[in-house]
Amino acid sequence: MTWLWFHRFGSPPHFYRLAGRLTPWFAWPAALLCLAGLIGGLVLAPPDYQQGDGFRIIYVHAPSAWLSLMVYVVMAVSAAVGLIWRMTVAQAIAASCAAIGASFTLLALVTGSLWGRRMWGTYWEWDPRLTSELLLLFLYLGYMGLRNAIDDLGRADRASAVLAIVGVVNVPIIHYSVVWWNSLHQAPSVMKFGRPSMPPSMLIPLLLMLAGFTAYFAALLLIRARGELLRRERTARWIADALC
Amino acid sequence: MSAPRVGFTRAAIALAARDLRLAVRRAGDTLQPLAFFLVVTTLFPLALDPQLSLLRDIAPAALWVGALLSSLLALDLLFREDAQDGALEQLALSGVPFQGLLLAKTAVHWLLTGLPLVLVAPLAVSTLGAPYGALPGILSALLLGTLALSLLGAIGAGLTMGLKRHGSLVALLVLPLAVPVLIFGARATALAIQGQPLAAPLYLLGAFAVLAATLAPWALAAAVRIGLE
Repeated sequence: MTWLWFHRFGSPPHFYRLAGRLTPWFAWPAALLCLAGLIGGLVLAPPDYQQGDGFRIIYVHAPSAWLSLMVYVVMAVSAAVGLIWRMTVAQAIAASCAAIGASFTLLALVTGSLWGRRMWGTYWEWDPRLTSELLLLFLYLGYMGLRNAIDDLGRADRASAVLAIVGVVNVPIIHYSVVWWNSLHQAPSVMKFGRPSMPPSMLIPLLLMLAGFTAYFAALLLIRARGELLRRERTARWIADALC
Repeated sequence: MSAPRVGFTRAAIALAARDLRLAVRRAGDTLQPLAFFLVVTTLFPLALDPQLSLLRDIAPAALWVGALLSSLLALDLLFREDAQDGALEQLALSGVPFQGLLLAKTAVHWLLTGLPLVLVAPLAVSTLGAPYGALPGILSALLLGTLALSLLGAIGAGLTMGLKRHGSLVALLVLPLAVPVLIFGARATALAIQGQPLAAPLYLLGAFAVLAATLAPWALAAAVRIGLE
């Protein structure tokens, strides 16, 4: 009885309706939070005393970097759920995550290198965080490549789920090995963002952007998962009922 | 599934002996990755100035990138034949723990491709101008590194088993996961060439190899089972 909600959540028609109803509840807050965060970050926050206005890219960079990791974890967890309980919905969610996560990773890399151009004077620095981010992008590309290469949908789901789980075990190891490699190769980077204390006028817009990006991801994921379900279940009876 | 008629140890030994015998009969295939390793490490001096100091600086990179690529190339030998003729399916159905059997297969694969690479590495090391005093350190790093690479690579080989277009896909799947091996291995090699203590990266490499040997069989069994469906 207590597990009824779990089984119902796993039913494609139920999830399709639920996701459709929930999408605006994430999309609108995402728009409002991002708007507030952008005004706060780009207009109201004072310029940094060292970096001037250049630091403002953090309001896009940090949320994308945060999401690039979070999406990978969401993807791996839902892939594992799909692998263990053979849930179509979980596999559809995992499949929808990959492209979103790869896009956030790319965004984090691009904004990071633009920021690096201004702060370090070069587009690419072998900074441990940038390097791990690049490797994360490769992991996403491998996941999508494996999905694309397998024609049978069920096999693609399960094989890519194993890959995502192996990746999620390995990500911390990769990250620390890169940090360790870098700390031996070169002196600490020229400048690190002022970690000690960020004044509230800078911190609050950042938190708003983090929340806004996360809500945006949730809305996007719901929309993509609905599309994925429609594609997978295109022969099912419930689709005709849901669409007509 | 009926109870297995033979114990795990006997089954694993029989499987290993069979794989070894097959490899000896097809020595040409087995030796190809090895020749590839030697060719790649020879290409580095040709692409650069053959100055000894320069070669010494790039020797760790050349050795480890060569080892990584050669291990990728060797993965093709691991499951292809057995998947095609149905032997893997029989192993999966035999009732003997599949993880263990695959671990035995991977161990034999390492014996056939990883260990020979370690044995010919002194040749590559000397063409790259590294001092002979560095050899014990470099070889122990390669020993641990190739072990970890075989285990990680086996997962990639299992996942792409039987796919038509998987040439570069295995590389895309395995190489990002193998970054720690590359970093610690190259670091240990560089320290060995400079004559400094290299215990720290060796321990980390060993820890990674042990972790891979512990966890990889489960992922490997799942991957191969999915590939057999």
